[in-house]
Amino acid sequence: MQRAATQTAASDIVRMSGVRFRWRGARAFSLAIDDFALPARERVLLVGPSGAGKSTFLSLLCGVVTPSAGRLEVLGTDMTKLSGAARDHFRAEHFGIIFQMFNLLPYGSILDNVLLPLSFARKRRARAGQSGPIEAEAQRLLSSLGLDPAELHGLSAANLSVGQQQRVAAARALIGRPELVVADEPTSALDRDRQLAFLDLLFAEIDAAGASLIMVSHEEELGARFDRVLRLEDIAVGERRAAA
Amino acid sequence: MIVPRLALQSLRNRALTASLTVLAIAFSVMLLLGVEKVRTGARQSFADTISGTDLIVGARSGAIQLLLYSVFRIGNATNNVTWKSYEDIAKRPEVAWIVPLSLGDSHHGFRVLGTTTDYFKHYKYRHGHELAFAEGRPFSDLFDAVIGADVAKGLGYKVGDKIIVAHGVGSVSFIEHADKPFRVCGILAKTGTPVDRTVHVSLEAIEAIHVDWQNGIPMPGQGVSAEEVRKMDLKPKAITAALVGLKSKLATFRLQRAINNYKEEPLSAIIPGAALQQLWGLVGTAETALSVVSAMVVATALLGMVTMILTTLNERRREMAILRSVGARPVTILGLLATEAGLLTLAGVLVGVGLLYGALGLLQPYVDRVYGLHLEIDPPTQREWLTLASIVAAGFLAGLLPAMRAYRLSLADGMTVRT
Repeated sequence: MQRAATQTAASDIVRMSGVRFRWRGARAFSLAIDDFALPARERVLLVGPSGAGKSTFLSLLCGVVTPSAGRLEVLGTDMTKLSGAARDHFRAEHFGIIFQMFNLLPYGSILDNVLLPLSFARKRRARAGQSGPIEAEAQRLLSSLGLDPAELHGLSAANLSVGQQQRVAAARALIGRPELVVADEPTSALDRDRQLAFLDLLFAEIDAAGASLIMVSHEEELGARFDRVLRLEDIAVGERRAAA
Repeated sequence: MIVPRLALQSLRNRALTASLTVLAIAFSVMLLLGVEKVRTGARQSFADTISGTDLIVGARSGAIQLLLYSVFRIGNATNNVTWKSYEDIAKRPEVAWIVPLSLGDSHHGFRVLGTTTDYFKHYKYRHGHELAFAEGRPFSDLFDAVIGADVAKGLGYKVGDKIIVAHGVGSVSFIEHADKPFRVCGILAKTGTPVDRTVHVSLEAIEAIHVDWQNGIPMPGQGVSAEEVRKMDLKPKAITAALVGLKSKLATFRLQRAINNYKEEPLSAIIPGAALQQLWGLVGTAETALSVVSAMVVATALLGMVTMILTTLNERRREMAILRSVGARPVTILGLLATEAGLLTLAGVLVGVGLLYGALGLLQPYVDRVYGLHLEIDPPTQREWLTLASIVAAGFLAGLLPAMRAYRLSLADGMTVRT
């Protein structure tokens, strides 16, 4: 673990302070974070056992759910002050998300899956199209992540292997160079060699885009490749405290 | 354009259920429009049962009763019209032509109508169609009979066959004019009107078969043979009704008033179109019931569509969560599902209209020939367009039900499916 303590600086991409969240119907707080910051361009591995609240942390971070108290800033914008629609739009513009199960639309083509986030984010679409057509950018990303777009042309996502789906999901998260990439256990279905190879490709693209990365995993051994490893219990306070 | 394309691909992914839904809507739309076509066709055919006749004259009675017995051969006249009255009307300057009708006998349940050959010239139906002969010719001999298409088909008659007329109008009669048989001299082409179910003979023939009858029974010992009757004066004493054509339509009300005020005997003159409208009004309830049933079929199909979308909703929660994760708002999810429902309904409506016109093209000649029901192959009327638009709107609105549920689920699920 390289750094366990949080830092706050002007260049922080994410800042959380006094955040409290409780799922509807739950009697106790599902997650309570007093202080957390993610500097720009940092790659953080968040580890913790199942049920510790890692997915809740990601949902909060992405603005899918809102905290009942506290401040949550992403790129200087307080997500708690945004309306639901504005949060959705903000997420589309600035977040790239890779899911554990990749969450590709199975009937969609590979290119459609990669380009999908651009349908909801005008600025991100403009960024993706800066150096040519967005389709070309999608193909470049797929190539750099180890896929041959020509070979996969016409295939739907349902026809891909697990490894191929993972790379398509990564390309979808990276298209349009979002400032923050959030990955929820994207390597859990791979053996160690493939995990490391995938991370190398992912980091190369993230570095090229100048993005920050928060990746959730059970596997602490991957931590050596990250700038920082965080245990959720290090940043969450008074675990599952009863609601006051 | 990726999202609409993906929405279509999603629909294609559920092609079987979606196709069945479209088919269910299509069939219900076909039924609804088909019923509407049959309804308007039936109404038009009904209204076209008689055309070109300006007045129908009979003994004093209600308009519907006079129409029923004189045109539809249903029921009986309360009284007859004397031949003198008939001649008085015929002599009036407004009258262009007049055709006497004499009813009261039957043949195997089909009414026998005594008339003149002018009947074949002046009786018109469906926008002025004249009666046509499928076989043979109008009657010329005293015991010639011209039969309608249904009589010929139902009883298997052909030109030259002998028929015996029964006294009275019951389907089974024990008193027949067996001593004076008729010979089929002509068979009329199908008209889809009561003409098809009528045996036409001359007025003189009606007189001839009743010459030796009194009070509805043959006079014992006073039988007159068919040959002897030919030598007798067969000028009718009374008729049941008369069809009147006028030189000018403007004279219609004047002549009607004159006949209704005729001093010699109580008569009624009715305008066929007005009486037909009045009669159609009586059967309008069945028409409404038919429309209600077909509307219910459409509602059932739309309900089926909502059920289909609702049942697939759970398996589509991941799809919605994916869309949310890339920035789709819940309202986008709502819009997608409502649009899907609208598109399914629109497809159903288009397929239904296509099926209807296909079926009309194929079946129209058959329905016309066999049932005498003429179904027009016209583009949908304004009312039908409105109905179709309402169905699509109803489909879109019905889609809001699963869409609202999807909206709530997508809010609760966030980016991960919480089942």
